[in-house]
Amino acid sequence: MHQSILAYRRMRYLWIASAVSLAAIIVYALHRPAEPPNGGTWLGYTLGVAGTLLIAWLTAFGIRKRRYSSTLGSVQGWLSAHVYLGAALVVIATLHAGMQFGLNVHTLAYALTCLVVASGIAGVWLYLRYPELMSRNRVAQTREQMLAELVDLDRLCSRQAAAIGGEFPDAIMSGRDRTKLGGSAWALLAGRDGSQLLLPSPAAGGPQQERALPNPSQTRLLDWLGARLAESTDGERTRQIHELMSLVGARRSLLDRLRRDAQIRAWLEAWLYLHIPATFALIAALIAHIIVVFLYW
Amino acid sequence: MSSSHHRIAIVGAGPGGLSAAAHAAVQGVDHVLLEASPAHAHTIQRYQKGKHVMAEPPVLPLRSELEFAAGTRESVLERWQSGIRASGINVRYGCEVVAIRPRNPTFLLEIAGHDAITADAVVFAIGMQGNLRRLGVPGADLPCVQYQLDDPDEYSNEVIVVVGAGDAAIENAIALAEHNEVVIVNRSDEFTRVKDGNLKLISRAIDTKRLGCYYRSNVAAVETASGAARPYVLVLDTAEGEARIACDRVIARIGATPPRRFVESCGISFPGPDPTALPTLTSHYESSVGGLHVIGALGGYPLIKQAMNQGYEVIEYILGRDIRPADHPLLEEQFRALPFGLDVDATLQLMQERVPLFREINPLQFREFIIGSKMLRPAKGSPVFRRNDYTDTFFVILDGSVDLEIGDEDSHRLTLGPGQFFGEMSLLSGRRRSATVIAGPGCVLVESPRREVLKLINSVDAVRLQIDRHFVIRAIRTAFAPGASDEDLAGVASGTRVNEFRTGQVIFAEGDAADTLHLIRSGSVAVSRNIGGREIVTSYVAAGNYVGEMGLMGRTRRIATVRANVATETISLDAGSFDSLLAKNPALRQKVQALVRERLAENARLAAQPQTGDIVSFLMQQGLGEATDVLLIDESLCIGCDNCEKACAETHDGTSRLDREAGPTFARLHVPTSCRHCEDPHCMTDCPPDAIRRAPNGEVFIRDNCIGCGNCEKNCPYGVIQMAAAAAPKPGLLPWLLFGAGPGPGENPAARDRKDAGPKKAVKCDMCKDLAGGPACVRACPTGAAIRIGPEGFIDLVRLSDR
Repeated sequence: MHQSILAYRRMRYLWIASAVSLAAIIVYALHRPAEPPNGGTWLGYTLGVAGTLLIAWLTAFGIRKRRYSSTLGSVQGWLSAHVYLGAALVVIATLHAGMQFGLNVHTLAYALTCLVVASGIAGVWLYLRYPELMSRNRVAQTREQMLAELVDLDRLCSRQAAAIGGEFPDAIMSGRDRTKLGGSAWALLAGRDGSQLLLPSPAAGGPQQERALPNPSQTRLLDWLGARLAESTDGERTRQIHELMSLVGARRSLLDRLRRDAQIRAWLEAWLYLHIPATFALIAALIAHIIVVFLYW
Repeated sequence: MSSSHHRIAIVGAGPGGLSAAAHAAVQGVDHVLLEASPAHAHTIQRYQKGKHVMAEPPVLPLRSELEFAAGTRESVLERWQSGIRASGINVRYGCEVVAIRPRNPTFLLEIAGHDAITADAVVFAIGMQGNLRRLGVPGADLPCVQYQLDDPDEYSNEVIVVVGAGDAAIENAIALAEHNEVVIVNRSDEFTRVKDGNLKLISRAIDTKRLGCYYRSNVAAVETASGAARPYVLVLDTAEGEARIACDRVIARIGATPPRRFVESCGISFPGPDPTALPTLTSHYESSVGGLHVIGALGGYPLIKQAMNQGYEVIEYILGRDIRPADHPLLEEQFRALPFGLDVDATLQLMQERVPLFREINPLQFREFIIGSKMLRPAKGSPVFRRNDYTDTFFVILDGSVDLEIGDEDSHRLTLGPGQFFGEMSLLSGRRRSATVIAGPGCVLVESPRREVLKLINSVDAVRLQIDRHFVIRAIRTAFAPGASDEDLAGVASGTRVNEFRTGQVIFAEGDAADTLHLIRSGSVAVSRNIGGREIVTSYVAAGNYVGEMGLMGRTRRIATVRANVATETISLDAGSFDSLLAKNPALRQKVQALVRERLAENARLAAQPQTGDIVSFLMQQGLGEATDVLLIDESLCIGCDNCEKACAETHDGTSRLDREAGPTFARLHVPTSCRHCEDPHCMTDCPPDAIRRAPNGEVFIRDNCIGCGNCEKNCPYGVIQMAAAAAPKPGLLPWLLFGAGPGPGENPAARDRKDAGPKKAVKCDMCKDLAGGPACVRACPTGAAIRIGPEGFIDLVRLSDR
């Protein structure tokens, strides 16, 4: 049956992670070293070794995920453990540091640990919340099906505009050609719509002045069509414009859904662009930390 | 051309016909080879360019004057072409035989557009494709009219009229519409009898005006239009009067005359109405009409090598020589393991004498059946199969005995002896084994694959009747009376009926008088109740179980409606027979009452959660009622990482056998395009080398002897089979990670499209039966969104995910 990574096997790894953290806290609280708590006491070394091994194992998740024929547990089990034990790492690292912080490579390693864990928690939140939003937005259509529908709607819009004639074909064509999907990472994540529209100049006889106007969510085109509809006095023409408006409306909501889909997918991946590089930075800082510690022993 | 006479007329220049003609020519026998199309081997000519033709089965030696070995379509055709020249075959192309009339002692062959000829003997080698129907209107012979479309990309910027409303017509029209203006002409006012996918495609294309359509229209004529923009005009009779379409090309896809009808029109009889039934033939390929011979696919031998061997042999037989068939050494090898010490013919005879089931089978078919089977000599005490195995082979006992253990306890044992058979329950229902079978002393068995047995059942009435009768007795025993003997149950069995139901048909409805119990023999049913004015599915019942017991216990009215999920067969037991069973077995009453209680409790639970029923109904609509194991994705957990597809591709030669994103979704449950391992797999229906099999755990998989014909891809209603070549091997994980040796894990799915790829074969999900740990897609899902589940688990699945 379906189970989320948090609920996996009755939260087995939550209990394990909690037990490990709790044990570390209790020992830390009972520990009375000669000097203030730090990484150099027997407890400090123990926690340091445990933390290092844990980091190595947490990183190995990236390898396990790609070992498709591995029989070493399931990827879901690994991820569930990765999440809970990763969170426990913050407890272990904090106790290992003995609350001593400063402007040095040791604290850098600690800060990176926190950053990796925080981005991981953000990832968990996205993984739990966004799939449902994505599913609801897609309405059982694949992205390819949505794009195919867009092509169909474009064809229908052009046909209808051609049937009306006048400035309609140009307006529809410009709306189509200047529709933007995707773009920079920022535009994707923000779900920004950079679509534009070139409208035929209203002043007949005057100098042909065309300006690209922003057309987010096709609203400008719909406004323009609405104005033409209001002007129209011919019954047949009114019906045709109305038909065109509903096609453009359908196209608008499809575009919005495509943009939203791209946005959700972008967020589902974006956090990894922090999580993974920060992990490698952490490993580098960790190696420096270990070498430095042993050098100055 | 004047009317002529030949010693032998061979109809059809496919592998069988060519081989027969070549042998006749080399023997210096007066013959003629008649081929309807303009070239030899029409079916293979129509394969796409460069397609790999395989030479299955590898163990069978080739016996023909013509050469044949696996290779590209071009090399195979070229070898035959030079063979035709070298052997001096008298071949006439473009000669479609439309009728064959016996004129004692010769035959008169009528040929479309040519004079009739006569012959002493006729060899039918026309294959299964049938003759393409022609337009048959004035102008139909103009060069713009064609009946085939090999490559839609060959044409662009043309006006093309596609005539026909079947799958082939729709597929052609849609493909051509990419670069051409296309009009489709349909004789009726809708598109019926086409695949769902094609119906959607064509309706959409017509709605969005991507192609034009004339309904209720017939082609009246094709005319040339000199000087016009388009060189031809197609004249249509429509409901509104005449319509004229200026066009460049007319493609008529109006079906083919099934070869069986033609063969029957020549007087050759078939043993049954089933479309898969084979004509009755002697061991010398002679049909019920003396002098008329049938070889190749039409006679039940769909492979090229078989057909070629038969072509050679049939000429020998017509010449009165009794040679040993090419498969003789195969049988010798098969029988080596047997303890009888007899030669091949004597062994075959002994089998037919000893086993009542085999008695009515004609020698040729029996030979083929035995070649397809295996001889087993299991050690005493070793299991032949176990209860709940998913195997579907059929066993006949030649010698010694076996013990059947029915039910959970081994208290009910039954011994079967020589001449008896077992395994028919799973064979017919496609479900798990209902008993464990242990070999007794001196046990000798014939194990036959499902397809061979089904061929027999469809062709030989006596076989069907015997298997049916045993099935009923054993089904009743398994369900109700494990200890009863055959004699005890024979009386009960005679009071039963076998019923067939179509998909969606009601078996009985809520409120009907309850007087029969249905034992489901194949297929599956959905039980539903009317709750608050809506029909709510409350449970799913698979083959091997029974429905309708509630009413029988108390003789009341039905409290639920039972509907067939898929084509279903049931054995109905009336109240009288059921009472006699109850009298024989007092424990049965308690057992059935317990089941009734359980079902009533289930109903009460579901009535409280009506949307559960909606989801189950949705799953049934997706054809999951005939599934045995299906991949279901919870969309509220799926992050769309496609790790499932990557894992599938990485563990299966670079091609993912599932398409995660495609497929319907309802209430968060997504049914991706992926094999459901149907109870009675559609893909198995027409596999020439019998490469599709079912493993003991239920996995339907394709073996390496696939010849890449694509039949299964077409037959699968769920679109889960694809043709693909194996991808190049990838570097290991570390070389990729450290040195950038690519492509990396999960990358480059297009590796299979490379130029030097091997032959394309059918690929589908095998449920990772050869991988430790089970399905890679499920194990690779990081979020637990993907699970595999059988229909029995649907109700639980839905109820749990509601919490």
